[in-house]
Amino acid sequence: MQAYQRMLDPTPNGLHSGESPLLRTVGLTKRYGDFLANDSIDVDIWPKEIHALLGENGAGKSTLVKAIYGLIQPSAGEIRWQGDQIVLSGPSEARSRGIGMVFQHFSLFDNLTVAENVALGLDGKESFKDMSARLEQVSKIYGLPLDPRREVWQLSVGERQRIEIVRALMQDPKFLILDEPTAVLTPQEADQLFIVLERLKAEGRAILYISHKLEEVKRLCDTATILRGGKKIQTCNPRLETAASLARMMVGGEIREVKAAAGRQTTIPRLVVNDLSLAPDEAHGVRLEHISFELKGGEILGIAGVAGNGQDELFAALSGERLAKDPGTVVIDGIAAGHFSITKRRKLGAAFVPEERLGHGTAPRMKLSENALLTGHAASGMVHRGFIDTAATLKTVDQATETFDVRKAKRDPEAASLSGGNLQKFIVGREILRNPAVLVVSQPTWGVDAGAAAVIRQALLDLAAAGAAVLVTSQDLDELAEIADRIAVMFHGRLSEPLATRDATREKLGLLMGGSSLEPKEAAHAVGA
Amino acid sequence: MELVEAIILSVLAASTPLLIAATGELVTERSGVLNLGVEGMMIVGAACGFGGAWLTGSILIGALFGIIAGMLMSLIFALMALGLAVNQVATGLALTILGVGLSGLIGAGFVGERITPAIHLHIPGLTDIPLLGRVLFGEDAFVYFSIALIIGVWWFLYRTRAGLILRACGDNHVSAHALGYPVLRIRTLAVMFGGACAGLAGAYLPLAYTPFFIPGMTAGRGWIALALVVFASWRPGRLVVGAYLFGAVTILQLHAQGWGVGIPSQFMSALPYLATVIVLVLLSRARTGGSTAPAALGTVFVPDR
Repeated sequence: MQAYQRMLDPTPNGLHSGESPLLRTVGLTKRYGDFLANDSIDVDIWPKEIHALLGENGAGKSTLVKAIYGLIQPSAGEIRWQGDQIVLSGPSEARSRGIGMVFQHFSLFDNLTVAENVALGLDGKESFKDMSARLEQVSKIYGLPLDPRREVWQLSVGERQRIEIVRALMQDPKFLILDEPTAVLTPQEADQLFIVLERLKAEGRAILYISHKLEEVKRLCDTATILRGGKKIQTCNPRLETAASLARMMVGGEIREVKAAAGRQTTIPRLVVNDLSLAPDEAHGVRLEHISFELKGGEILGIAGVAGNGQDELFAALSGERLAKDPGTVVIDGIAAGHFSITKRRKLGAAFVPEERLGHGTAPRMKLSENALLTGHAASGMVHRGFIDTAATLKTVDQATETFDVRKAKRDPEAASLSGGNLQKFIVGREILRNPAVLVVSQPTWGVDAGAAAVIRQALLDLAAAGAAVLVTSQDLDELAEIADRIAVMFHGRLSEPLATRDATREKLGLLMGGSSLEPKEAAHAVGA
Repeated sequence: MELVEAIILSVLAASTPLLIAATGELVTERSGVLNLGVEGMMIVGAACGFGGAWLTGSILIGALFGIIAGMLMSLIFALMALGLAVNQVATGLALTILGVGLSGLIGAGFVGERITPAIHLHIPGLTDIPLLGRVLFGEDAFVYFSIALIIGVWWFLYRTRAGLILRACGDNHVSAHALGYPVLRIRTLAVMFGGACAGLAGAYLPLAYTPFFIPGMTAGRGWIALALVVFASWRPGRLVVGAYLFGAVTILQLHAQGWGVGIPSQFMSALPYLATVIVLVLLSRARTGGSTAPAALGTVFVPDR
């Protein structure tokens, strides 16, 4: 009964009595061939509301907001703006009506300046000079500092997002859509964003907020609409729900809980990095400076940090994509391997899963069996006297499919035809099946839905339990808290001392991710004690 | 004195078609499209330009014929590479092959005919100044136009909103589309501008450089224009340097060969390429950072609708 009432009245506190919704979708449907990306979705957005849009990958969230922003035309149904039905010819019409959007994958131009990027998002009615002045003004008012003359490639991810937000705000929107805005931010940066959003709400604007982070939604949002498989499941008040109940609605069932094996034993050091420094090999790269850590068998070390602080460079140095001058900087199972090629390192029992699934982890247009061969040829008996053992490569695919529940249309499809989550399960599975002594994995569950993420995390825990050393780089602190024994933070090419996971609070990690050191705080603590 | 003046004049004449064609290609590539068909568009422009002038007796109409012919050729490219999202490299190469054949067909009737070439400016007093007079005030209209063109393109790219949008399309077409810009329409226009320039550059050859048409008379200038755009790192200022440098070394090495310098002629013929590559590489070393090539160059874009 209670649930029924919540469905009828999305805002039980009766905030909107007497007003009409700012934006309303009625039976909004988008069809791609036979596939229904959105199946008659009804959503009401009210002024002064932060409205969460929740759902797994492929639930139809992006399609819905693209339709509202005029990027795609709905196949059926209508959009009502302030009570009137509208048909948007494109984003510029949406913007002129007062609908703004901040994209998940930023719609920025790396080689243009901040001011030029902002100008491109506006209608160009004011002169460039006036626009630049207004840009500085708006960024000051909302506490989002920006230098209009810098080119985007020089900026951090947080600064890039600021451009997007300021660009949207400069149009004075009544309604702002944010697509996973905190996915790339440190906890402190996210807190600053929430202050801005609360302020926008207080100014009478409406916000549609897409996020995977349920705790964040509970904290920030007044209303939540949950999509699953292109259909609307429910509209509810997230403050009256638990994270678990929201997750259930998103997934349509219970999510398998990830469990570490009890009494995991750590053994000898299997991956040791000694004072590794490496100059960047490209214009916008990060220099690695004096990185040292020791990783024992049976242990999972997590590396946190905002993207672009040297994680990619560290991965390249560990995997052998880039060679170190001094062989002793990377030691795999007691053998100095800093100067070894990728293949030689694999033969020592190391395995690597890069962040980018398509293009780095797999060759997109090659079959899964061929992709299995590409990383397994040196150490998995798939090649005999220079000839490929096709049966063995197919067997690897079948094993990975079975063990890790990879869902695909046929036995051996092209890598690019798999969904992100299934391809990630295959790539992780391909390496784990080789029974590696050391596994280096970067962003194991990035852009993967909750079900697949649980499978992958469990597999990493099981691998460690079997005695392997596992190094996980991730921007998802919850993930690291769940699986890692110790967590270190990368900032500007340096790696912090690892903290035991139970001591690694979000505050501490957030400080390290922002480049602060923990010492002053601890010193103060010591004085207090 | 006379010789120096003659050399400078011939350098300008040799550089002008390169500059015009490369300017067009620069705009095309800045929008993110790699059109390798410059040679083909030029040679068709040369045949049609000569045909127009021969039939009407007007250099201006000949130049217009060349521009239109180049533009029509580029529309074929736009239809294939932008409309149908065919691989741009393959389409551009095919366009060159088509152009070479087509120009032979069009020009077959004109081979051996002569026209009165484009007249040169003459301002009494100014043009008669020794050394610089004819260089500055005695050129044909094409030379002045080419300089106005590159300045105009620079102004357009860096000082107008339309130019900013064009550069944005070349940097990231997904973002440009997400912001609501008609990427394919903008690119089609840029390709057409490139075609018009290539056609005009081709027409310059029979209308001003040599007053007759012979098949294959572009002799690889289209390819050089393409290379100039790359070596100039897609910047108009460097393009001017590159085009004139290439023209200058071409003419100088011809004179040097005439004077009997004891260097093998094959090496001398290679000198313009070598000099241009070295100078433009040195220039681009001084860059401050960021990507030089338009990031989306040569990539296929299909908007999701």
